[in-house]
Amino acid sequence: MNTPGHGQEERTGLGTFADNLRKVPRRFIESMFRTGRPDSDRSRNDFVFSNFFLHVQSVRTHRWSLRWSTTWGLGMVALSSFLIATVTGILLMFYYKPYPEAAYQSIKDIHFVVPTGRFLRNIHRWSANVMVFSVLIHMARVFYTASYRKPREFNWATGMFLLVVTLGLSFTGYLLPWDQLAYWAITIGANIAQSPREVTDPIGLTPHFDPGGLQKLLLLGSDEVGAEALIRFYLLHVMILPIALCGLLGIHFWRIRKDGGLAKPEDADRRLGGPDPEAVPAWTAAPRKTWSLAAVVRGRTPAVGAGAENTVPSMPHLFYAEAAVFMLTFLVCVLLSIVSDAPLKELANPNVPENPAKAPWYFLGLQELVAHSAFAGGVLIPGIIIVGLGLIPYLDREKKGTGEWFGGPGGGKLVAWSAVFGLGTVLALEAIAIRFGWLRQWFPGTPQLLITAINPGTVLTLIYGLYSVYIVRRFNSMRAGALGLFTCFLMGFLVLTVIGTWFRGPNWDFYWSPSQWPGH
Amino acid sequence: MSTHSEPSPGKPSRLDPEAMPRRDFLGIAAASMAAGACGFAALGAAKLPKAAVLPSAAKKFKVTLPESLPSGTPFFPEGRSVVVFKDGDRVFAMSTVCTHLGCIVKPAAMGFDCPCHGSQFAPDGTVLRGPAPKGLPWLSVRSAGGGAILIDEGTVVPPGTKETV
Repeated sequence: MNTPGHGQEERTGLGTFADNLRKVPRRFIESMFRTGRPDSDRSRNDFVFSNFFLHVQSVRTHRWSLRWSTTWGLGMVALSSFLIATVTGILLMFYYKPYPEAAYQSIKDIHFVVPTGRFLRNIHRWSANVMVFSVLIHMARVFYTASYRKPREFNWATGMFLLVVTLGLSFTGYLLPWDQLAYWAITIGANIAQSPREVTDPIGLTPHFDPGGLQKLLLLGSDEVGAEALIRFYLLHVMILPIALCGLLGIHFWRIRKDGGLAKPEDADRRLGGPDPEAVPAWTAAPRKTWSLAAVVRGRTPAVGAGAENTVPSMPHLFYAEAAVFMLTFLVCVLLSIVSDAPLKELANPNVPENPAKAPWYFLGLQELVAHSAFAGGVLIPGIIIVGLGLIPYLDREKKGTGEWFGGPGGGKLVAWSAVFGLGTVLALEAIAIRFGWLRQWFPGTPQLLITAINPGTVLTLIYGLYSVYIVRRFNSMRAGALGLFTCFLMGFLVLTVIGTWFRGPNWDFYWSPSQWPGH
Repeated sequence: MSTHSEPSPGKPSRLDPEAMPRRDFLGIAAASMAAGACGFAALGAAKLPKAAVLPSAAKKFKVTLPESLPSGTPFFPEGRSVVVFKDGDRVFAMSTVCTHLGCIVKPAAMGFDCPCHGSQFAPDGTVLRGPAPKGLPWLSVRSAGGGAILIDEGTVVPPGTKETV
């Protein structure tokens, strides 16, 4: 009687059982990865292609995408900080209680009693700040390298939604400690949501059509910041917005691959100076079906029909770079958390406003505008900016300069001049407003609608808009106009944020230094 | 054989389009109804977060002004964002919630200052400077008997309305 084995000793059923049991860990790993060690070009491809978490990225990456100056790894920094914030956020949820006073006490417990609680809270707060910051400069990178163009327009639009969700996540987290800082920032935020009344009130529309009141009611679940607002912000912060963000992130990453990887200049291959001499030619290794599918992507890329000689396997080249960016981001968050504690002021007191009551830093530029008109600075101008940004790839249908820093007509010189123009304009306007006041001081009794229409924020927006129209005409190029406008708004954002952060004190008065603030 | 292509009875033409087949019609009708149902369900679900009951505290409260309160000196009832003034034997009340972004104004030399964005109000609530779009709202005041007055934060009255109590 023959055994089904190799004709060796006959094994009992129990022996096979023991043998199989012994091999379970290895077989489990094998069944999980299926492809074996990624030690040849082909097995590296399979390693990516058959891995649920990795296959959202292409199996081979163009060498241009791996240059630091192509992306500076900013998108990966944003993702890393989101992951760090998610993990620390879940840990904080073990202790946090979303109810007024209890919320404050639980944050106090986390800060002063829970082992490593303060550290975790600091990392959570810093990773959130790093996330907002990296998302903003990631957007600037994509803009300045003209990487939003066809076929990547939709991914830019997705990025706009991601920006809004990121800001929403950070802002909803601001209320949760239920201290004075949180309470008054959210009071201001909720009243900005209500500020369309600034327009509907004077024309008598509010009793019939009140979008401002509805927005505030939806946000707070009440007419003032209280327990209902806290539970709503908590729900948004830990559930609705993270889910929305994950969905959008999935689309965002998937589209990178589907759109043919990162944008690169037409002559990227020539500039790289031919294939890496170390690299194994991709097309000589008798590609199998999955190989060719994976290496050839749709669209206008050098890879189509031309082989993939300037690409390298994503494993390890891309993934190691990503891991490095992740670790660097983590390191930065940890270091910042060691040197700087997350603030916790007194328990929220609805009768005594914090003075000055400052929003998180990325909203201080808007708060500076809001200090002239709530509707113009809080709703109108941000709306114009978000919609305007979203339209960029649909208006700029040009080809020149794709994938190059400051690419397009005008180039770096135009950006530099626009920066000077943008800086000069915003500084001049702010100086006038701070030194001489605005319409209400000059002509007491100026109707509110006029102030809403004409204030430093709207005037600045108008000047920047006219400037970009001039640039469009002069260079006969939408891209040039976009370069000018984006740079101007970037300068405006920068200057207003700096003034709001460091030069505004009690009663939102201008001070050269916080040491000059009057005691109160 | 004619070279002109006569529209044959079974073929659609520009002039005589074929009627929509029954199956297509039913399919489109079913799909639109399903989409409509989903739309209405989403609308219904979206209505839920709109607070049906406002949980804030009652807007009406009683307060007794001190006998010695001089005319024109602000009096702040405990725990309320309201200021009350005496004017001879008449009283009036104003909200101290800034009409700009909801901060609480404090008494100052000129009247009231808002700490958040620098709005300034005259003692009668009119805007002097800053971003506030409207003056401080005047509130309904009634005598509640026994020297007490009843203030209703939910009822705004025209500025200048003073009540004899």
